[in-house]
Amino acid sequence: MKTFATNKTRRQLIIGGAAALSTPFGINIARAQSDTIKIGFPTPLTGAFSAEAQDQVKAAELAIKQFNEAGGFNGRRAELLVRDDKLNPGEAATRTLELIEKDKVNFIVGSLSAATQLSINAVCKERKVLFNSISQSDAINEAKDWSLYTFHEALNPTMTAGAVARYAIPLFGKKIAFLTADYAYGHEMVRAFERAGKDLGATTVADIRHPLGASDYSAFLPRIKSLNPDILVLANFGRDLANSAMQCTDFGLKSSMKIVAPVLLYTSRVSAGPEAFEGIAGGTSYYWGLEDRIPSAKVFNDAYRKAYSGAVPSDYGALGYAGVKSVLAAVLAAKSVDTDKVITAMQALKYDWYKGPESYRACDHQAEQSVIIVESKSKDMKDKNDVFKIISVEESAEKNMRTCSELGFK
Amino acid sequence: MAGLSFDLVAMQLLTGVALGSVYALLALGLCLIFGMLNVVNFAHGAFFMVGAFIGVYFLGMTGNFWLSLVLTAAFTGALGLLTERFLVRRLYGRGIDYPLLLTFGLSYVLIELIRICFGIEGLPSVTPQGLKGSINVGIGFFPRYRLFLIAATAVILFGIWFLIQKTRYGLIIKAGAVDQEIVKVLGVDISKVWLMIFGLGCAIAGLSGVLASPTRSVNPEMGIPILAESFVVTVVGGMGSPVGAVVAGLLVGIVYSMTSLFFPDLAELSIFILMALVLLIRPQGLFGRAERST
Repeated sequence: MKTFATNKTRRQLIIGGAAALSTPFGINIARAQSDTIKIGFPTPLTGAFSAEAQDQVKAAELAIKQFNEAGGFNGRRAELLVRDDKLNPGEAATRTLELIEKDKVNFIVGSLSAATQLSINAVCKERKVLFNSISQSDAINEAKDWSLYTFHEALNPTMTAGAVARYAIPLFGKKIAFLTADYAYGHEMVRAFERAGKDLGATTVADIRHPLGASDYSAFLPRIKSLNPDILVLANFGRDLANSAMQCTDFGLKSSMKIVAPVLLYTSRVSAGPEAFEGIAGGTSYYWGLEDRIPSAKVFNDAYRKAYSGAVPSDYGALGYAGVKSVLAAVLAAKSVDTDKVITAMQALKYDWYKGPESYRACDHQAEQSVIIVESKSKDMKDKNDVFKIISVEESAEKNMRTCSELGFK
Repeated sequence: MAGLSFDLVAMQLLTGVALGSVYALLALGLCLIFGMLNVVNFAHGAFFMVGAFIGVYFLGMTGNFWLSLVLTAAFTGALGLLTERFLVRRLYGRGIDYPLLLTFGLSYVLIELIRICFGIEGLPSVTPQGLKGSINVGIGFFPRYRLFLIAATAVILFGIWFLIQKTRYGLIIKAGAVDQEIVKVLGVDISKVWLMIFGLGCAIAGLSGVLASPTRSVNPEMGIPILAESFVVTVVGGMGSPVGAVVAGLLVGIVYSMTSLFFPDLAELSIFILMALVLLIRPQGLFGRAERST
């Protein structure tokens, strides 16, 4: 019965009925009622970020499997309940509420958008359920949105866009143009890039906003070209990043400017191909190539390869893994599933799941971690997974984060 | 505004035409089907999406872009024929909302089928060899593929114009749009004409999907926003007017592109403002006939 916990989530993944038929549905319900530790996992399986979301689920399932294979918590197994939030904050809130009220989950891990995670956070805050967010946001760290129940496993824009600014501005120049997805994520990335850029003397020549999920960027590109910036920052995500990188390349923008992305996604690069991303640099929370220098990355990659026929985990996938892993580790440390006890244990957690040592900052529960600067490869690739070159690793430093008092904590 | 030059405006115009050519093709298909069959095809965006997937799939299989264009048009055209023959045909004479709901449902079925066959994250789109990169068009560098897109659209539009204006079939199509009863009396099997028109509309939708695929990502939801935009185009051009669809398609592309230059935040909204203005000043659309009794 080892596969039962994953069966249920996979059923959510495959929308067709075929998989549902093969699931031992009756048995599922019977088992789910025993005292498993349930982790609700809202994420946008459909929509512009679906590729990243699917990888989050796969890696989170791996964390669940490892926990169960190691004996669980006094024999209690863990189970992942995946829900599609369709990249819509309202849908995310509804699904989260259902997970809490109807499915009686113990914890919530997940989300993949600055906007949906804030709505999930609001629900969890009100219902006093621990939420470990695995998606970028600055607002979630701020005192007005934050609660004791909020943990933030992902990087935040201040850390990642800041690291990219500190890398790119000294090398490529101080005139910056932004192509920004017009929602919380994009706005926060721009603000964070400008914040770090100010100390380096950078100026913004344009901040062009496009709607989330836009398919055509061509109308913005002649203007960006004519403004002649030194650096173009693609402050967007998922399919938007893949599309805009592809179209910037088509319009020949790279000949006169350096293109960077605060979050250079593994999945976007794989889907758009080497030409579209050639020479584009950016930040990431994780790249599998870290395994050459970090032992825990090697262990994680190998486990993932074994579970998913040789595939390597993506950046957001790794966050799904770490997000679940931390919560379950805190359950073991607390020797309880009681929310308050798990929170205390998680606050004290020192862990190294996949990218070197991490811990949660006391005031805002932000996971303190490194930012990796990578550049997309277009030649000398060993295999299809070999897409990035690691340029540098910016280790976690308090000065690169907003201070607790800046965030509104007393 | 800083840096505003003739070259920039001209470039923006060209970008708008490239954008508009996809709208023009899609709206033309919609409008042929509406003009003849009085069916508002809500599955048009889904046919566009299926075309993009099938086109990229065929391109991967055959390695020949031209062949994949032909195969895709044939595939979505055949899908259109089946849809008309077995689904839409049963609803004629029942009011416009019946086929509308049917095709709306069909669009979801097609999206789910594609998700089952190709996965939910979509396919990487491929620009055919020889059309990659950008070339200097005198006012700056413009992507080669987008120039090809404009040219291909012109060729397809010419073909359809020729079919409607210069052939016997075109005569029947035009006559059928004006008065089906008389055409029937004259011994033409109008149901066959309808079947063909529906198939043709869907073939054009599929073809525009595969043509647009190298400029955007190929994913199961790609037909949803473009369907709304195509409806804006048909309303601006006048429901049922092929010339209107083409002119309005280009106009919408240019308006979108020009708004992006001056007020980027309003770009998405601009085409709806255009629609509202047209509806206020000329409710039947730019090239639409005054209200028919239906």
